[in-house]
Order: sequence, then structure tokens, then C-alpha cells
Amino acid sequence: MDNMMLQEKLVEKLLCPRTRTTRQKDKQYVGFATLPNQVHRKSVKKGFDFTLMVAGESGLGKSTLVNSLFLTDLYKDRKLLNAEERINQTVEITKHTVDIEEKGVKLKLTIVDTPGFGDAVNNNECWKPITDYIDQQFEQYFRDESGLNRKNILDNRVHCCLYFIPAFGHGLRPVDVEFMKALHEKVNIIPLISKADCLTPNEVKKLKDRVRDEIECFGIKVYQFPECDSDEEEEFKQMDKELKECTPFAVIGSNAVVEARGQRVRGRLYPWGIVEVENQSHCDFVKLRNMLIRSHMHDLKDVTCDVHYENYRAHCIQEMTSKLAQDNRTDSPLPILPLPTPDGETERLIKMKDEELKRMQEMLEKMQQQMHEKDQ
Amino acid sequence: MAATDVDIFSNEEKRNLSLGGHVGFDSLPDQLVSKSVTQGFCFNILCVGETGIGKSTLMNTLFNTMFENEEASHYQNGVYLRPRTYDLQESNVHLKLTIVDTVGFGDQINKEESYKPIVDYIDTQFENYLQEELKIKRSLFNYHDTRIHICLYFISPTGHSLKSLDLVTMKKLDSKVNIIPIIAKADTISKSELHKFKIKIMSELVSNGVQIYQFPTDDEAVTEINSSMNAHLPFAVVGSVEEVKVGNKTVRARQYPWGVVQVENESHCDFVKLREMLIRVNMEDLREQTHARHYELYRRCKLEEMGFKDTDPDSQPFSLQETYEAKRKEFLGDLQKKEEEMRQMFVNKVKETEGELKEKERELHGKFEQLKLMHQEEKKKVEEKRRDLEEEMNAFNRRKVAAETLSLSQPLKKDKDKKN
Repeated sequence: MDNMMLQEKLVEKLLCPRTRTTRQKDKQYVGFATLPNQVHRKSVKKGFDFTLMVAGESGLGKSTLVNSLFLTDLYKDRKLLNAEERINQTVEITKHTVDIEEKGVKLKLTIVDTPGFGDAVNNNECWKPITDYIDQQFEQYFRDESGLNRKNILDNRVHCCLYFIPAFGHGLRPVDVEFMKALHEKVNIIPLISKADCLTPNEVKKLKDRVRDEIECFGIKVYQFPECDSDEEEEFKQMDKELKECTPFAVIGSNAVVEARGQRVRGRLYPWGIVEVENQSHCDFVKLRNMLIRSHMHDLKDVTCDVHYENYRAHCIQEMTSKLAQDNRTDSPLPILPLPTPDGETERLIKMKDEELKRMQEMLEKMQQQMHEKDQ
Repeated sequence: MAATDVDIFSNEEKRNLSLGGHVGFDSLPDQLVSKSVTQGFCFNILCVGETGIGKSTLMNTLFNTMFENEEASHYQNGVYLRPRTYDLQESNVHLKLTIVDTVGFGDQINKEESYKPIVDYIDTQFENYLQEELKIKRSLFNYHDTRIHICLYFISPTGHSLKSLDLVTMKKLDSKVNIIPIIAKADTISKSELHKFKIKIMSELVSNGVQIYQFPTDDEAVTEINSSMNAHLPFAVVGSVEEVKVGNKTVRARQYPWGVVQVENESHCDFVKLREMLIRVNMEDLREQTHARHYELYRRCKLEEMGFKDTDPDSQPFSLQETYEAKRKEFLGDLQKKEEEMRQMFVNKVKETEGELKEKERELHGKFEQLKLMHQEEKKKVEEKRRDLEEEMNAFNRRKVAAETLSLSQPLKKDKDKKN
């Protein structure tokens, strides 16, 4: 129960506007302490958007988990393929967009799904359509940002990718490693252990340790929670530490509501017991939800904008300018932005011109002298 | 050995006689049984499934022993098979059990070749038996039969349908071995999902023409239980070697925070059904089917490949011998021809190279002669020069001497003149 109260407090802290500081009798009150309130008001009016990508083999519970997270049914009329049709399946990208509202705060949520990933018999480079899609979104944003009319920029960039690792194996498989390595510098990856109801608590701990070690060993950069400030409360810090030690989260999802201990909860009914999705001792679903939605959603967006998008942008510009220097073209698809460092060609030209100037100057001086002498 | 149960007495009228007393041939089955028991039985299981799906745990649970097994890693380059043989004993019955594990199955990114090592292994075991059968001096009665009697195919509990890899592999294996598909880690599927999942799997297998093993329903004693079990395929199993205290008993189970899954509880999973079917009821039938159907099919294909044909419906061992001899002669003839050809080729090649070498020798000789001539000419020239030089030197010397003597004689002459 303590945990629940702590989380409630945390949620309140984040949602409620900061209170005004008490007026000090001696100093004059300027009033910019209301800035957080103003930000809050404006953001509520504007609304938020968030793009979440789910990736993993079929049958790992991705759709169920998304439904459980956002408490809606996004996948109503879905057609699943047979095994025969999946032998040579290619990866598709599908998008579902929903508008949801809670306490006056509007959220435009886009879920990007990747049906067919890892399902074919030959899965060579099955992550390519996904990386292409992410790059496309970046490119589109880049063009919009550099355009003349920037009023209505649609931000379709992927803010977070939930990668589902099956709980049936002994750790990461080669396809998991390759996928995460292809994507870790383009999007925030959060690995999850799905269908965790086939693991006893000991097995969960062993598998988590294994996956963490393998992630470190292969050099995969998954999303890291930001360090909390040193002036935060102790309980907050403790919670944050627990959260970090729990990764990767072992989750269970459910579309159905069952009756357990006199309450109606989301869960799975088995002959030997009932698994409650929101019970912290059963799985890490609550931690994932809090992290993803209640505390770190904006941080995920910030990291996407500040780190992944900036990397893409810098890379893109460098490529473009090197190509321009090679081709010597004066026109370009995008307006050329001022270069921080001049490249070799122009420098040479500048030097040549400088020398010419110097020569001309000397000649001029000589002529002047001559004239001077003549005068004399 | 023949699959056809020919009624030997079909041409004659069958007469049922009644016995006057107790003869005693009703002990024949007992004699057979006691002979088999002394011989010992052998059984070979192949477990096909992804890494970590629970193959080793299920084997441990089925046979109630801890077979030593290291955990496989996910990073094998290909699939390879790991056979292990164990000697088990229960009451006075000895069982030589071989468990073949597929290591690395389903882990590679490109799984198009994954089924090949498995098919090759099964074929190799058949081939070994065939070789033993065709030997002149054979010892079939104490031959260690390594042919796979049953293949347990572990299906991942996704809850939707079979994976594409499963379908492809089972299609390749169904004509070579008895397959029983089982759903592994079944404690992650709820009852309603399980029902739908089983139906989906069976319909997919049927629509793709995969022949899985059907429990036999022709034997009166077991027909009822077998036909009811056939309806429960694929079996959803849970394996565990840990013991948990439930009530006042200690049973094999898995302990979760939300409950305890008991392995031997029929309402929790189908483990008991699998054990009944596999070990307690149908083990002998599995061995028979392997020998009578799958091995015979392999043998027929192999021998047809080699060129044998059956002109009469039932092949007499004698005519087989004749055909075998004829084939052998043919092969020997072929072999000899090939040898001749090769020898011919060899001889030709040798001649060729000899010819080439001779040419080269001639060339070298020619060059040598040329060089010698040149050398001689040079020598002559040098000799001439030397002679010239010598002559010059001689001439010079003579002149010198002449000059000297002249200079000497001159003062003498002067002296002489002075004296005079």
C-alpha cells in the first residue's frame, strides 16, 4: 500500500501546478513564479501527441499489452495470418491513431505496429522496413522544419519503441540482438519480457539478469532513465532506483476483466489461480505504465528530439554538403545553412584571391612611388 | 518383418478343433515376453523445438530422472543433433533409452536449412540399419537399434497458430518418423485460449497435409482410450522437476505467486495423458510403426535408387541375391571400364608430358649449342687480340732493345772515335 501512496503522490506532483511562493514582506513580488502555471495552461490547451512503436514476433502479446496500457481496444477487426502464409512474409508497418482525453488533457496517441517481424522462415534484414520507416519520419520532419511555412508541422517521429522478448528462451536471440543494434541509435528502445506468466519469480530474476548482461555485452544502448535531481525526496530516489533495477520489465497483458478477491480486475483466469495484471507482485506492468505514461513520456519525447533527431539531422547535413562540394552544384533541394567550417575548395580559392590582391597592392605601391619620384 | 499380415491358411478351409485337454501353448505369449525382457528394450526419442522451450525438463519429468544437460546457447551457427543414451530399469525391465536433442533449432536468422540436419540424422540411422540387414554375416538380435521411434515436436505457446518454421519442418519429417506435436510451457495459456489454439493447430496440420502419429484404434484393449486421446492432440504439457507441498502431499509442480501448477493434475495440463500414451500404452506400437512403415519406406526408396526392382509381389530373398549379384557384376564392370579409361588417360598424359619435356630438352640443347658457339667466337676474338697485343709488345721490346743497344754502342763509338 505504501508503494501505491507514493506513486499517487508522485502523480500529483507532476500534474498539479506548483504553488506560489509565499510573499516576502521586504522584497517586492515580481510574479514570474507563476510561469509553471502558465506553461501548464498552454500545454493543456495545445494537447499532446505521442508515437509508440511495438515490435516483436507475432504471438508475444503486443496488441494485448497495448490494449491494457491504454485501456482501450485498438485492434478490433484484426486478421491473423496462417502459418503457411507466413513462410515468406514481409514486414509491414501499420499505424493506428486515437485521440484520448483524461481530466481535460488531450493526447493524440499513435501506435505503430510491425506485423510480420520475425515470422518468416528467412528473416534476413527483416528490420529494414522498420529502420526505413523511422528514417522517413525524421526526413519528413527535417523538411518541414527547414521549410518556409512552419506553422503546422506534424510530428510523426517515433518517440519510443517497445521491443518484446519472449520469455520462453534463455535470453536474447540473434534476431533480437540484430534488431536492437540496428535501431538503438534511431529511437528509444525499451526491451520487455512478455508473457511473463510462464516464469516463476526465480526464473524471472535469472532471465532479467541474463538479458541485462547480454545487452551490455553486445553494446546495445537502450533507453536510460534520467538521473533524478539530488534535491528530490528520498522516497522518490528510492523508487527511481527500484525502477532502474527492474529493467527489463516482465509484463503480462490481458484483454479480459475477471473477478478476484471480490474486485473486478484485469487478469487471466487459470485453473490454478488468477494472474492480476495490475498486481505488482505478479508482474511489472504497473511499473511499465507509470514509467511510460505517468512520469517519463515527456522525457522520451525530449530524448527523441534532442538526441536521435539531432543525430539524424547532423548526419544528413554532412552528407549533403559533402555531396555538394563534390558535384559543385549551386542549387540544392533545401536552403543551404551557414557552414561552421569552410571546406578545402573554397579555402584554396580564398588564398589565391588573397595572393592576387597582395600582388596588385604591391604593384600599386610601386607605381605610386614612381609617380612620387617623378613629381619630385 | 513383412507389414502384410498374410493369412497363411487362406487357401485351406479353416477347421476349429476342440482340445481334449490342456496342451499348454497358451504360454507362448509369456515365453515371448520373458525373452523380450531378458533381451531388454530400446527406445529412441527425438525432441525438436526451440532453445529454452523445455525439452530437457520434459524428458526429466517424463522419466522421473535427472538426465545431465547443459543449457544450450542461442548463438549456434546451425542446428546440430545431440544424442545421449541412458540405461534405465524399472521392476525387472531394462530400457536402453536414447534421447536426441536438437541444439540451436529456431535460433538462426535464416532458418531455411534448419530441417536438414534432422532429416539427415534420421536417414543415417535408417541407413545403418539397412547396411546391417544387407550384411552377409549379420547379428540383428543384438544390434543396437538407433532408429528414431518418436519425434516430439514442441510448439511455442503463442496462442495464435503454428509458426512458419514448425509447418515447414513437420512437413519434411512426417514421412520419416512418427510425430506427436505438443504445446510446451502450457501454463501460459488459459483454458479458453488453449481450446482455440489446439483447434487452429490441428486444422493447419490437416490443411497442409502433415501426417502426425495417430494412436492405434484396432486393438480392442486400448481402442477406447486411444481414440479419446486422439481428440486431445496436441497435448499441452508443463514440465517440472521441483517438488512443492500442496495440501499434505508433495507433488511435482511450478510455484507462482498466483497459484501452483501441478504437473500431474489432469485439469492443469495434459502431462499425464502424454505419459500414458507415450510410455504406458503405445511404446511398442511406436516401435512397430517405425520398423514397418517408415523404415520400409526408406528401404524401398533406397533400393529402388540402387536399381533393384521387384518383379513378383513378394520379394523372395533368393531373387534379391541374384539381382544383387547381377548388380554387383555390373558395377564391377563399370568399375573396370572406369579404371581402363583412367589408365588410358594417365598414359596419354604421361606421353604428352614426355613429349613436352623432350621438346624443352631440344630447345635447351639448341640454346646451349648457340651459346657455346658464341663463346667460342668470343674466345677466338679475344685470342686474336691477345696475339696482336703480344706482337705489339714484342715489336716494342725489340725496338727498345735496338734503341738501347744503339745508344750504348754510340758512346762506345764516340769513345772509339776519341781514342782514335
